[in-house]
Order: sequence, then C-alpha cells, then structure tokens
Amino acid sequence: MAWHKDDALPRGTDLVAVPGGFSFGDYLRCGAIAARSPIAAAVVAHAGRGGYVLGVCNGFQVLTEMELLPGALMRNAGLKFICHPAALRVETTDSPFTEGYHKGETVTFPVAHHDGNYFADDETLRRLRGEDRVAFTYRDPVNGSVEDIAGILSENRRVLGLMPHPERAVDPAHGGTDGLTLFRGLVDQVVAA
Amino acid sequence: MKATVTVMLKNGVLDPQGEAVRRALGSLGFEGVEGVRQGKVIELDLGLADRSAAEAEVRQMCEKLLANTVIESYRIEIA
Repeated sequence: MAWHKDDALPRGTDLVAVPGGFSFGDYLRCGAIAARSPIAAAVVAHAGRGGYVLGVCNGFQVLTEMELLPGALMRNAGLKFICHPAALRVETTDSPFTEGYHKGETVTFPVAHHDGNYFADDETLRRLRGEDRVAFTYRDPVNGSVEDIAGILSENRRVLGLMPHPERAVDPAHGGTDGLTLFRGLVDQVVAA
Repeated sequence: MKATVTVMLKNGVLDPQGEAVRRALGSLGFEGVEGVRQGKVIELDLGLADRSAAEAEVRQMCEKLLANTVIESYRIEIA
C-alpha cells in the first residue's frame, strides 16, 4: 500500500492499482487533486517504465487527470449517482487485463459513480478505435459516455482505466465472478515476466 | 493583487448540469432561456506586484490544475 503523501512505490512493484472512492472530496474535479499528490510522479514513472496500472472508478478519473489515459470523466448525463450491475461488452482481448475474455463477450461488473460520463474529442476517439484501445463498452447507455465507452487502454496496453468495478465481481457472494478473469490474467502476466 | 479565473466547459461539450438548470428555469415560467452553461469561478489572492508576471503565473496554474483543458476552457482577469 502506498500513501498519497509517499513519493515512491515499494521496490519491485509490478502493478499499481488506483482504487475507487472519493479522493479529496472530488473537489475541483474528480481525481484532479489526487493526480497532483506526491505519489503521482512515481505512478507516472512506473507506467513510463512499462509497469502495469489499473484504475477503477475514481482511479480511472485519477489516471485521466495524470494524463496516463486520454479523455475525461464528466458528470453523468442523468446527473444522478448510479449504482447497479452493468452489462459490458469486451471490446478487445489484446491486453493483459482482457486476454482471458472473448471478444464481444458480455460481462457484468457493478457501476457506482456520479461522474462516469467519458468524453474524448473526435480525433482521440478515432485513435482509440484505430489502435484497438477501447477495452469495455456498456451494452446499454448508463451515463452518457461517448460511444458507451466504459474502459480504455494506454498506448502500450499496460494501463487500464474503467468506471465499472471488476473487483466487486470476484466472489459468488458479490453476485457474480466475471471480474476474476481480469485479475487472473494480470497475475499470469506478472508471474511470466 | 486579485485574480479571477472562470472555468467553463468548452463549446461542444454537453453540459448536463446547465441543461438541468435551463429546464428548471423553464418550469418556473422563465421563458426564452435558450441555453444555460454552468461553470466555476476561482478567486486567487496573489502576493505579486507585477501584473503580467501574475497573469503568466495564473495561466500556468490553469494549465496544471485549475482547468482540465480536455473539456474546459478558462478566462483570467487580474484586478
């Protein structure tokens, strides 16, 4: 565990997971202050070295604010906090996070957010699509995201940000285990490396 | 020296909050409101004497933190 006031990651860190929640009360913009906290430079350097980074929910917002991922997350189009299981389409299996799924497969992860409305300009969208970097889309519109985008990958495919919570779908008691595949794939990659 | 930064969503970026305000104004009987954009105002007290230096400094602040230029534009007024 690295504290936001730390300025270095533990030695030998393979994967940085930036979790959801409400960092700094979502003041200014969601994730904006966290993305400038002392640990941020270490996370950016880790990603620059080819390290794995997973950002979920507020973590996704933080990664866009760090500019590790393009675009921005805005207030949900319906203005309400949404909290329910969401059906997602796996858009690419070409990443350590998604290689265990099938392209086009439907998985269900919970969503729980107020600001998950993904926005990117047309040029960025074209690039994301052209480089096969959209990881997940919503099967049905949930928050106004452009092209129903739920999660995207970095250029080197080792940084994933997504609004839905795969970590809340890893035990039958959660109501589903569709998220397990994502974490198993990551562990396999890290062990193999 | 005081600086006032106004941050607005860029044109072309849908503003659901502004749209909700527009509808609420309509339901209160205010007709003819064709659009509402909601932004934020940030006031800064600066211990700087030089106006152009202050403006350059605030511009840096906007680029680095106060605005997310992916979705937002900003305007700086120095007084």
